[in-house]
Amino acid sequence: MIQQELNENFRQAALRMTGISKCFGPVQALSKVSFQSKTGSVHALVGENGAGKSTLMKILAGVYQPDEGTIEIGGKMCRFEHPHQALDAGISMIYQELDLAEHLTVAENVFLGNEPEGIFSFTINKKAMIEKTKDLAQSFNFEIDPAAIVEELSTADRQIVEILKALVRKSQIIVMDEPTSSLSEKETGKLFDAVRELRKQNISIIYISHRLEEITGLADDITILRDGRVVHTEPASKLDIPKIVHYMVGRELNEFFPSRSIRIGRPVVKVENLSCGKLINNISFEICSGEIVGMAGLLGAGRTDVARTLFGINKKTSGTFELDGKIIEINSPADAIKNKIAYLTEDRKKTGLCLHLPCSWNITLPNLASIGMKNFIMPKEEQRIVEKIASRISIKWSGPDATVESLSGGNQQKVLIARWLLADSVFLIFDEPTRGIDVGAKKEVYTILNDLACAGKAILFISSELPELFGITDRILVMRRGNLVGSLRTKQTTQEQIMHLAAVEK
Amino acid sequence: MNKFVRQLLPFISLMLIICIMSVIEPDTFLTFENFINVLSRSTVEGIMALGMTAVIITAGIDLSVGAMGALCGMVGAWAMIAIGGPDPHGFALTIGTMVGILTGTVCGLMNGALITALKLPPFIVTLGTMSAFRGLSLVMHSGKPYDVPGYHYLGSGAVMHIPVCIVIFALLAFLAILTFRYTRWGRYIYAIGSNTEAAFHAGVNVNFNLTAVYTVTGLLAGIAAMIATSRTVSAQPTAGIGRELDVIAAVVIGGASLSGGRGTILGTIIGTLLISFLKNGCLLLGISSNVQLIVIGAVIIAAVTVDQLTRSQSKTSPK
Repeated sequence: MIQQELNENFRQAALRMTGISKCFGPVQALSKVSFQSKTGSVHALVGENGAGKSTLMKILAGVYQPDEGTIEIGGKMCRFEHPHQALDAGISMIYQELDLAEHLTVAENVFLGNEPEGIFSFTINKKAMIEKTKDLAQSFNFEIDPAAIVEELSTADRQIVEILKALVRKSQIIVMDEPTSSLSEKETGKLFDAVRELRKQNISIIYISHRLEEITGLADDITILRDGRVVHTEPASKLDIPKIVHYMVGRELNEFFPSRSIRIGRPVVKVENLSCGKLINNISFEICSGEIVGMAGLLGAGRTDVARTLFGINKKTSGTFELDGKIIEINSPADAIKNKIAYLTEDRKKTGLCLHLPCSWNITLPNLASIGMKNFIMPKEEQRIVEKIASRISIKWSGPDATVESLSGGNQQKVLIARWLLADSVFLIFDEPTRGIDVGAKKEVYTILNDLACAGKAILFISSELPELFGITDRILVMRRGNLVGSLRTKQTTQEQIMHLAAVEK
Repeated sequence: MNKFVRQLLPFISLMLIICIMSVIEPDTFLTFENFINVLSRSTVEGIMALGMTAVIITAGIDLSVGAMGALCGMVGAWAMIAIGGPDPHGFALTIGTMVGILTGTVCGLMNGALITALKLPPFIVTLGTMSAFRGLSLVMHSGKPYDVPGYHYLGSGAVMHIPVCIVIFALLAFLAILTFRYTRWGRYIYAIGSNTEAAFHAGVNVNFNLTAVYTVTGLLAGIAAMIATSRTVSAQPTAGIGRELDVIAAVVIGGASLSGGRGTILGTIIGTLLISFLKNGCLLLGISSNVQLIVIGAVIIAAVTVDQLTRSQSKTSPK
């Protein structure tokens, strides 16, 4: 009886990491972390940035070696000196930035480095490759064309290619790092179906995400890390979001959003019948000074295109844009900045930061003219200005000369925010400002937004996370397929109503 | 710390070469004349390298500077002869020099305009213009050189015992350092090279600033070309073949990254001097110029390897 129970436990624990510690120089990234995941289950790993999730997973994948602690897979002790060994032991990682060969087909990617032999040992049996991919996809109910070029696939489908790659290598443990961060609602659903299918077929999934809502819906177990330690592990059914947040930060969710004393002034931004080709269609809205207006919608609904058109990146095809009572023509970001418009782009690494330049340069880049450095730069004066603005929003860095890439995600975002604070803009557009940053930094971003509103700025806040829209905005605009389909007072609406407007065709 | 070592490394190598040579060949190497000689030999590549540094920081490349130099020399010398007859003097030489420099500026502007307006990769555009400029300079006088016997001031004239070309190089280098450190344009050059998209979103007029970089590089190539022309008192249509590679090598040895966003004028100057002293050292030690090529090739690869190593080391520590 006891023996049987032991066997049962033995079978269930696909992976057991015990007492893992890891130091990087003086920094203790992990201390005595124990973690186990069962076969056929989804185990979510959550924690703020820097809590040690990635380090733990990189140890599992053989990228780093632990200072102490053991890894058991299927009851066997393992030690990985190299990522290949982890792969051979049945562990696959799917990173946030997918590494697929974009110009190859799905089947070619799935079998990359593993190709079935053709007539000669150095040729590839393409037909077998496609057949096998098709069979594998079918056995997991994935709908994907093995002959499609990866470049033409949606992000969710690319994730499925990665999953297939793992399955071909007979991986029993699949680690997914923030797989949904760039997926739309519908794509996320598709990916979740795939994950559930994997679970059904006895594969264990370790799932890292910042999106707590999706974790509570998907995971069987949740482990919360904080400062390199496991603070809590429990079946997901017994946890809810406020509890998880509590464990992550030691704060309650209701302290999360700053309280707002709304003093809404005169209209500052007036957009009328704005169109931009097929991207956006006859959009009209107003934003008053002191008002935070949210913009909701599914991925591809045209929210970012509205921002890009207002900021002069896309050329508008018709409509007017009035700022502070004056009709303005914006043809480039430079025009927009001159007119005191700020745009925090949704992808800070791609369109926001010059990663290996100093923070101070990044902060002053659009502002050199406006801080009295028309053509010539005074480094000392620049340093003084930058330090002042950085202390206002408490950026953590070794100094303004530190390169942006050396900062954490949250602090990188703050560098960009500092840039627009310095520009002293009247109208600020924030596009997904909290994406991929930890809970603590999110809270700080909300506070900054709130302070800006209190200072009488007009703010357009684009977000895919409804809770934060509800936590901070006064009004929510809803976009669907390039059209503005609703403008609702935040206090008088519900998340269901917004989702309905955003997702359901009339 | 690593960053510091990385920036210092070319300088240390330069000092090392000078020290070793001073020990081996104190009589011929460690003399005022030899140093002046090495410096003035490095001015043509050095002046071109100032512009190339800016180009490479923007993540671009300009393969046409060598051929452009030949064309500038030819056009400049042609103008001198057209104004001042077969043995031009004084005024004609000045105007010719201006024409030569202007030619470089126009060539550079053309490179910049093609790259920004047609959105073509700089490598391809300048590969094309390199061939075209060379062809033009050969067509101009049916492949023959223009002799300007009176044109020696830039190449071998001196101000207070210091050759004019060194003075010009020093002045231009100083201006370049100031430009990168204290002007908005210099800042924009780094931003464009580090992340063009981000620079555009921050209101930088990318096309204008990039065109300016290539134009100024053309202008500098023009100045360098006139010094080269003056040194040989004739404009050769085949002058400066492969010079663009020496120039790029100097910039890369100086620590600039071909992927953009990194590089300094000081590094480039040290890179230029390093190559010059290396060549001079080989010469004094009686190493043939063919072997020199091998030595310089090895130095380029070594410099970039060390650069990569120090860089990847600083990356392995987390966050």
